[in-house]
Parts: sequence; C-alpha cells; structure tokens
Amino acid sequence: MTKRASAVSASPPRRRSKYVLAPLVLIAANVVLFALFFVWPAVIGLVYSFTNYTGVGAFQFVGLDNYHHLFGDSTFYDALTRTLLYAVLFVPLNFALSLAAANLVVSKHAKGTSVARVIFFIPWLLSPIVVGVLWRWLFGENFGLVNYVIEKLGGSAVPWQSNADLSLLVVVMAASWAWTGFSMLLFIAAIKNVPTSYYEAASLDGAGPWRQFVSITLPSIAPTSFIVILLNTINAMKEYPVFVALNNGGPGTSNNLLVQYIYETGFKRGQIGYASAASFVLMLILMAVAIVQLIVNRRVENR
Amino acid sequence: MTTTDIPRPVDAAPGRAVAKKRPRGAGSGGLRRAVSATTLLWILACLYGLPVLWFVLSSFKPASDLFSYPLTLVPHNPTLSGFKAAWDSANFSQYFINTAIVCVITTILTVGVSCCTGYALAKYDNKWLKAFFLCILATTMLPGEVMLAPEFLVVRNLGLYNSFAGIILPAVLTATGCFMFRQFFLTVPDELVEAARIDGARELSIFLRIMVPISRPIMLTLAILSFQWRWNDYIWPLLMLNDPNKFTVQIGIQSIVGAQNINWSVLLGASVISMIPLIAVFLVFQRYVMGADINAGLKD
Repeated sequence: MTKRASAVSASPPRRRSKYVLAPLVLIAANVVLFALFFVWPAVIGLVYSFTNYTGVGAFQFVGLDNYHHLFGDSTFYDALTRTLLYAVLFVPLNFALSLAAANLVVSKHAKGTSVARVIFFIPWLLSPIVVGVLWRWLFGENFGLVNYVIEKLGGSAVPWQSNADLSLLVVVMAASWAWTGFSMLLFIAAIKNVPTSYYEAASLDGAGPWRQFVSITLPSIAPTSFIVILLNTINAMKEYPVFVALNNGGPGTSNNLLVQYIYETGFKRGQIGYASAASFVLMLILMAVAIVQLIVNRRVENR
Repeated sequence: MTTTDIPRPVDAAPGRAVAKKRPRGAGSGGLRRAVSATTLLWILACLYGLPVLWFVLSSFKPASDLFSYPLTLVPHNPTLSGFKAAWDSANFSQYFINTAIVCVITTILTVGVSCCTGYALAKYDNKWLKAFFLCILATTMLPGEVMLAPEFLVVRNLGLYNSFAGIILPAVLTATGCFMFRQFFLTVPDELVEAARIDGARELSIFLRIMVPISRPIMLTLAILSFQWRWNDYIWPLLMLNDPNKFTVQIGIQSIVGAQNINWSVLLGASVISMIPLIAVFLVFQRYVMGADINAGLKD
C-alpha cells in the first residue's frame, strides 16, 4: 500500500541514497536495541535449545534431545492444547464484542456515545493483573457477586474456580472484556474511513441496516479485521498475567498455558535449554499464524 | 474526540425517502431506531462499566463488610482503611515510585527513539532502511514473552540484572511506535523538507526544528500507550528484579494474590490505587488516544 503511494508521490530519483549519514544517525539507537534485544536473544535461544544449559556453568550440545522430550512431554501438550483452546475462544469473542461496540459508538442514532466509548475503553487501561483480580472478585465461588446473584435468582453456586473449563471460560471473558477497548479503537477508525456514498447507494436500493453492515461495513474493514485477529491471536498465545492473577493456572495445573510452562521450566526448574526449545515451538506457531494471516489478507485485498 | 458522529447517511436516506410520503412515519421510525441503538449501546456499556464500578465501590467497604450478606453495591460505611492498609503494607509506596520512574524514563526514550526511526523510514529512501523496516515488523510477530529465557540471559550478560535499566532498555524499541511515526511523517509533504534544504538547513536540524514540533500529537499518543504498557507490565519486571526494594506495583499486587489467604481488603485497595495514575492520564489526554488512527501504522 505504502509502496504504491510512495512510488507515485516520491520526488525524483536523485533522492535515492543521496543521504546516508542522516538516516543512519536517526535509526542508530533502534538498530542497536534491535541487535541487542532481538537478534542476540533469538540466536542464543536457538543455540541453547540444542543444549542442556541450566543458566549457569558449562553445557553440552544434546542435539535434538530437547525437542524429542518436548514432543513426548504430556505437560507440554496440555499447555499447548489449552493455549490453542484459549485462543480459539478468546479471539472470536473479543472480535464480536469490539466490533459491536465500535458500531454502536459510531452510530449516529445512539445517545451518549462519547461517554460509552470511555466506558468501553477503561478496562484496557487496567493491568492484566488487576483484570485478573477484578474477575476473581466477581467470580469468587463463595463470595463473588455473580454467584450471589445466581443464588438470589434461585440457582445454585457455580464452581467458577474449581472447575477447569469454567475457570478457563472466566479468563476468556475477562480477557475479551479487557482487550475490547483497543480493538474497538481500530474498528472505529476503519468504520469511519468507509465512504458514506456506499451507504447512500445501498439505502437507495433498499438495503436495511443489517444488510448494509454485512455487505458494506464488513468487507470494507476487512484489512483492519485481519490486524485485530492477528494481534489478538499473538496476545492470546502469550497470555500469562491474567491467568496468574485469576486462578494461577489452576485448578491445579489444568490451565497452565505455554508462557507459564516456559516460565516454570526455564526459571523455576532452571532448564534453560529445554525452555528455549519450548520457546521455539511457540515462535514457530506465531510465525505460522502470521504467515497464514498475511496470505489470506493479500488474497482479500487483491480480490 | 468531538468528531464522534461523522454524519453517516446510512439510515437518513430512507428516512428522507419516506418523509416525502409520510412525514410523521419517518419521525417515529428514526425514534425507534434511536431507542434501539441507544438501548443496545448502554446494555453493552453496563457490561463493561459494572465490573469496574463494583470493584471500585467494594474497595471502599471496611474489611468486615466485604463478605457480609446481603451484598450491597454502595458501601454502608465507606472507609479508606483498605487503601491505607495497602499503602502502608509491604513497601507499596516504594513499588509505586519504582514503577513511576521506570514508566517515565521508558516512555521518554520510546517516544524519542521511535520518532527518529519513524522519520528516517518515512522520508529517506534507501535499501537498507527498507530492510530495517522489515526487521522492525518482525518484532511484532515475536514478542519478548516468547523469548523469555534467552532474553533474560542477554540482559544478565549485559550486567543489567536486578536494575531498572534491565526493564527499561529492552522495552524501548516498539514496532507500534515506529509505525505510528512513519505513518505520520508520510503524510507530511516532501516539499516541506525540500524547501528547508534549499534554504540551506542541515538534515538533522530539519528533523529537530521542523519535524519534531509538528509530530506532537503522535508523541502524546505514543506516550500514553507506552506508559500503559510499562505500568501494566508484569512478567518481565518479575524476572528481572530480585531486590524487593525495586519491585513494581504489579509484582506487589500479584504477591498479595499469591498469598495463602488473600487479604481482600488490602488487595482491593492496592489494585484501585494502581489504577489511578493510568485513568488520570487517560482522562486528561483522552482525545489523543480516542482520536488516534492507531491502525494506520499497522495497516501496511
């Protein structure tokens, strides 16, 4: 997109490579940071994933042993499947909620949109730890507001904390709730960029609001939708603090996700080499997600 | 932002069409739509607002009332004792100061570095700049959490373990920040730069004297985002810091949650205190976040 834009608007070719020193000075700080905190860890991470390094002292190369162990480790599989399940639940829920919020907020029929927009946004300001605490307070089994209301209405207390699946569900709701604000902002910007003439034409043809939403809004904001899905998928795959504050990956270890698994093997048990191997698997998954997204996005944009 | 309602003739047009035939019918149709849209909006807003409201109001209850049935939304005898207990307990005030220091320094560095990089990426045309842009793109796909162990070792080998620098430096490079500035500077006409060059301005002084001042809105937007990221960061400070005197607020709160018997009164107080700075910053600078076209940078 930008490439096309700059090809049209860029000044004559003499600009090319005429200035070297100035841009170099300008990006120098970020280049150093990139090398130190991205390239270096990535390289040693890859190297350590083939060793039995424990964080201190000498280490030996063990070939693919770590990866072999990893694929035979049922704890790792549990963490992996739980993380994928979490992502599959969280991403669509967050998508639907933030799209709904964005549409209502830009709707000119609704009253009080500017206040509502702030309300939708405030949860995003809370830290994942506080979000976890807040939902733990709401969904406490013996003391939470939700169970209190359920009992008042004649139901029986729901085991939000001691049932593994319900526990995951609470985290899914909490995270979707907390992340709505940001996704909503992206959607609002996208919806506002849809040319109003499309809607005028559609309504002249007799299309109702729902039809207009499906046929105009959704296709027009497709690039933004992909960004939201991509960012949220990455966020879901690396989720940790909300779990830690809400149920500490519990009950037991049933909701330990990948990052928690990496953290516990690497830092609590000191198996840096093994944890690096797990990190690389996570990295490959994220890269696969990103590439799939990119391909789909290209296809949609070129349609 | 005040431009909440960009006129969207989505439904205005049918209203007008009908109006020609039946003026009164159009009015009630519009009203019905307004009522349903407003109702939906506020039901959803309640879903988002009530949990926070319940949480904040609970923190004003005395410890003895927290669990007393029937639960009430508004505390009977509001008290600040939970906040006081939280503030006095376990070095919380120290955590607060630590977090503020880390946030402010990181935010200033992030904004400065991103501004420089974004400008270079937008206004200079070199092969290696394009390559570096792709490198920055790669960092969004592979966030720090994914490389916890190796990144920890790097920071330790740099001698930054257990220091604020160990939290601050790895957080300065952000793809989002570079994108936002790049996207902004792309909208600044090249003629502005050319004119300054013809007047004999040097490259860096064009940047400092002309470009930095006009990018102020983006700076504020990124500053708020960066402040939020760092204030709420948990896992990286947890790994990096060993000395309880250097802990950040999030670690402090998590240590209350992690205790055998959670002291809810202190926990609620500490959590609500930790929310205050961000919400204050947000309410003051709201329009820079709400009006920001944040996705612009991530789009391409």
